[in-house]
Amino acid sequence: MFPIRIQGLSFAPQDRAVLDGVDMTLGDEGITLILGPNGAGKSVLLRILCGLVEPSAGEVSWGGGARPARGVMMVFQHPMMLRASVLDNVALGLKPLGVAVAERRRRGMAVLERIGLAHRARDSAPQLSGGEKQRLALARAWLTRPRLLLLDEPTASLDPSATAEVERIIREIRTDGTRILMVTHNLGQATRLGDDIVFLADGRVCEHTLTQRFFSRPTSNEARLFIQGELPWNLGFRS
Amino acid sequence: MFTSTFTDAFALLATLDERVAEIVWLSLKVSGGAVLLGTLIGLPLGACLAVGRFPGKNLASVLVNGLMGLPSVVVGVVVYLFLSRSGPLGGFGLLYTPSAMVIAQTLLVIPLMAAIARQVVEDVWQRYAEELAVMRFNWWQSVTTLLYDCRYSLLVAVLAGLGRAMSEVGAVMIVGGNIDRATRVMTTAIALETSKGDLPLAIALGMVLVLIILLLNALAFALRHWAMRRFG
Ligand SMILES: Nc1ncnc2c1ncn2[C@@H]1O[C@H](COP(=O)(O)OP(=O)(O)OP(=O)(O)O)[C@@H](O)[C@H]1O
Ligand SMILES: [Mg+2]
Repeated sequence: MFPIRIQGLSFAPQDRAVLDGVDMTLGDEGITLILGPNGAGKSVLLRILCGLVEPSAGEVSWGGGARPARGVMMVFQHPMMLRASVLDNVALGLKPLGVAVAERRRRGMAVLERIGLAHRARDSAPQLSGGEKQRLALARAWLTRPRLLLLDEPTASLDPSATAEVERIIREIRTDGTRILMVTHNLGQATRLGDDIVFLADGRVCEHTLTQRFFSRPTSNEARLFIQGELPWNLGFRS
Repeated sequence: MFTSTFTDAFALLATLDERVAEIVWLSLKVSGGAVLLGTLIGLPLGACLAVGRFPGKNLASVLVNGLMGLPSVVVGVVVYLFLSRSGPLGGFGLLYTPSAMVIAQTLLVIPLMAAIARQVVEDVWQRYAEELAVMRFNWWQSVTTLLYDCRYSLLVAVLAGLGRAMSEVGAVMIVGGNIDRATRVMTTAIALETSKGDLPLAIALGMVLVLIILLLNALAFALRHWAMRRFG
């Protein structure tokens, strides 16, 4: 499945190029962060990688072959919560894998222990706080042992302590051997979590370097401006 | 005459008249059975219409919506044709039995329950589709998951089915025959007693019918209220 090679990937619904020739290679471990202005196409890129959206051009090679049937998971910014218990929600990811109900619950309980939500197992999932829902969604994905985990702004609108908790879980999932590709707008988070950083603007990868290097010596002008918080709004779009 | 009719009706109820009890009990069994079958068939059918992607899906949805208002006498006649001695299913000898009534009412409530279920499930499906797809749920796993998620909202469909079944006359009259102590239910009894001029019995049965429907609605309301508090 690795390395994942993205070549000339474009997404242009109604002739408006959202992604315009994205090239990127992902090795088999670590956490890669995607940064970029609103509307740069970060979410679209994740959606293409997990098969929800068809690109209009370009290709993705998964270790030389097609995208494997299993092994790619994605956690959305507002994860779905079934009107059921926390345990039922976390165990849900195992349903399509044909795991028996009792075993699903056992494994669900084990992963709830690891994310510190075991004491809420019987509570109603839709009533969890935003941070707890995000942790639950991470656990739900983690439970399926994905090779690649895609995270779309998992800590947007979370307070600092909830953010720290989510970051701890993300690190633990990485240590467990899952490759992580994650979108964030939080530059502090990028320095804390990212092994390397992909900077996306104007539908292209402007820069893909190690985190240290990205913040100390960005090579592209767009990245420099973005870090300084001065990226003009129109750079994210393409007329 | 008007007030005495009501006094007599209450008297019938107060003494738990055996005739009344028998008719009420059969009504509950027939309509309850029909709604049970309708739940097992109609709700998954509605969810499949919401989730599935197949040619003719829109046509099927239009058809189900259209059949919602099917006149019960039409269902009665069709079932009659199938079950009558010369009909394709005549050999089972079901005509003028409670089973025939259950069959007719089941056919009557399926489109109604399916149409409501489709609407309820479709709204939720819009929000869940991407995540379920990422988790590789196949369509049947999606259907069962969505039905479970919507279980409290789907009570509306069950209630609507029960209301329709309990209150219809045409179908049970035709396939049941309104035979005393065999296939007489509340609605057919009310129709008959009214035409015979036995108004107290008709009124008594009418009151029981309304009471049962109100009770069921109150029960469902309480259950939904509880569910909303629990699941937000
Ligand atoms: N399925 C789609 N069909 C057509 N256009 C789409 C689709 N998905 C996204 N877009 C468009 O692509 C553009 C980029 O969207 P995307 O959500 O990827 O941005 P983003 O980089 O994630 O921004 P943000 O930081 O605000 O989340 C938007 O203008 C959006 O309207
Ligand atoms: Mg986005």
